[in-house]
Amino acid sequence: MSGKTLYDKIWDAHLVTQREDGTALIYIDRHLIHEVTSPQAFEGLRIAGRKPWRADANFATPDHNIPTTSAERRAGIDGILDPISKIQVTTLDDNCNEFGILEMNMDDIRQGIVHVVGPEQGATLPGMTIVCGDSHTSTHGALGALAHGIGTSEVEHVLATQCLMAKKAKNMLVRVDGELQTGVTAKDIVLAIIGKIGTAGGTGYTIEFGGDAIMALSIEGRMTVCNMAIEAGARAGLIAVDQSTIDYIEGRPFAPKGEIWDGAVEAWLTLRSDDDATFDKVVELRAAEIEPQVTWGTSPEMVVSVNGTIPDPALEQDASRRESIMQSLKYMGLQGGSAIKDIKLDTIFIGSCTNSRIEDLRAAAKVVEGKKVASTIELAMVVPGSGLVKKQAEDEGLDKIFIEAGLEWREPGCSMCLAMNADQLGDGKHCASTSNRNFEGRQGFGGRTHLVSPAMAAAAAIHGHFVDVRDI
Amino acid sequence: MQKFSSEKGVVLPLNRANVDTDFIIPKQFLKSIKRTGFGPNLFDEHRYLDKGEPDADNSARPLNKDFVMNQPRYAGANVLLARENFGCGSSREHAPWALDDYGFRAILAPSFADIFFNNCFKNGLLPIVLDKAVIDGLFAEVEATEGYQLEVDLDAQVVRKPNGEELPFEVDQFRKHCLLNGLDDIGLTLEDSAAIAAFETTWRAKSPWYFTLSN
Repeated sequence: MSGKTLYDKIWDAHLVTQREDGTALIYIDRHLIHEVTSPQAFEGLRIAGRKPWRADANFATPDHNIPTTSAERRAGIDGILDPISKIQVTTLDDNCNEFGILEMNMDDIRQGIVHVVGPEQGATLPGMTIVCGDSHTSTHGALGALAHGIGTSEVEHVLATQCLMAKKAKNMLVRVDGELQTGVTAKDIVLAIIGKIGTAGGTGYTIEFGGDAIMALSIEGRMTVCNMAIEAGARAGLIAVDQSTIDYIEGRPFAPKGEIWDGAVEAWLTLRSDDDATFDKVVELRAAEIEPQVTWGTSPEMVVSVNGTIPDPALEQDASRRESIMQSLKYMGLQGGSAIKDIKLDTIFIGSCTNSRIEDLRAAAKVVEGKKVASTIELAMVVPGSGLVKKQAEDEGLDKIFIEAGLEWREPGCSMCLAMNADQLGDGKHCASTSNRNFEGRQGFGGRTHLVSPAMAAAAAIHGHFVDVRDI
Repeated sequence: MQKFSSEKGVVLPLNRANVDTDFIIPKQFLKSIKRTGFGPNLFDEHRYLDKGEPDADNSARPLNKDFVMNQPRYAGANVLLARENFGCGSSREHAPWALDDYGFRAILAPSFADIFFNNCFKNGLLPIVLDKAVIDGLFAEVEATEGYQLEVDLDAQVVRKPNGEELPFEVDQFRKHCLLNGLDDIGLTLEDSAAIAAFETTWRAKSPWYFTLSN
């Protein structure tokens, strides 16, 4: 009998019951909550007269609707000018109070993007099952947890039962071996993976990312990779636990302490796939071949090297792919065959659950230090992932570097990644964005998104167009 | 949950791969704290020419006449014919809520994104996977025949064409049972309360480090 994958191990450890057809009840250790996908779930509990099964398994923070200018934030909840957004944030506060759920509300310095705050607080731990009504919950897999997004009906189900009804996914291993070139980052790795397997390549699988290039990444870099597993179609992405994982967690507010910590570390260090584990599918990439990536279309799989050109639909043999390319180019206002470096940019967005952590901000600051944002850039903004990331960056003087270079330094939240707050990309504007989705209208009605790493976004801010960050 | 047994109706062909959940229902409508009322904003950015806002009067907005949904021949459609990887992107259940609110009961596609697929079953909406060649054939027939209707029979697990031809499909048997009977997942799971409580006690003893948020 062959060994178990990391996914097999976590799944098996959480199996409560299983029906003959494979439908299982899986115990959920942590449930993260934000304001957008939870109100209908709490309302469902109220209507049915139910209570949370285990209130202390949950924690909440508002992020999607939160304003990011200092003027708005100083006014607290009254600073949310959109009355509908304000109701949604107030509703989260009210629900957490009513049901006894820990919330880091918008006036709390710990508030931020839920996928930044969870690991930062030590609320995300190896070997856990973690769910949230948000597809980027896959982020938490970076710490060796089984984490994925769920819909609102399942949010209600987890609140009421502490379990999820699920069928086991298949196992995929994505191995990235070798050494990355200087200037190439976790974001480029994951974009290259999506470019290779496509946005549906991971559908039906849990992806384990492995290989020495993955294990050489910092925990924050691993979060960037796992964050975008969903953009490859996989609900969950995860990475084995190693000493870096343990070092990252130790001492965080909700991490275990004392004797419990010692027991936890011993258990967590076994959280990796067995050497003889078998995967249903294996994909391999060579790290040294990965170049800085830029998306040109309206799906994350529409990605090429910064030194590449936009595909010419006339050269595409497959009719449905040709149609997709033409639809994308029309929306993006781009010509097939033209160079990525010739795309003229209007907006720069550095932030989101993919790339708003301290290392992301350091990488961007390093590129813009002592330089000025190009005069053709209408708006360049940096949005830290949490209040604590913001404070850390300010302690290091990164805010001053950004401001002196001409970038706006904002308050934490999801911001222009999905533009549910006032931070909207203008109609027809091209944005170099460190976020995760380049769908039509994603960052604002008619907005045109190009996904890149923080260093690449920063370099684009200075030059007004894409440049190869390895050249500067 | 609403029951699903058999549905017959007009088919809307949405000839586009990788339709994402932002396409199905744009983010500004996610600010609602209700489950209903999303139908008028289904496919909003393609259905209308202007930018939609929550609580706006949609009947006064300019329609995009080129978008397939606005062609009179597809009025009242309740079966959606779609392409690969339908429903990719965010986990927003507002996407199936919007499809359901508009009146769709079944979606036929060569493949679906996982979270969307799962969310459909929670709302009495049936996603059906058919071979790409079969879907290609249906697109050709729907576009060539005004008033083209399909019957989706969940009990028999077939899609019936106007000429009586039956297209079989697979469905998870437990989900089928829940849909046919309109069963509530939470109620079903709570029948296993004792097993959940027993698991939790054992798990807490074995892995106390997962129970530290209250410390």
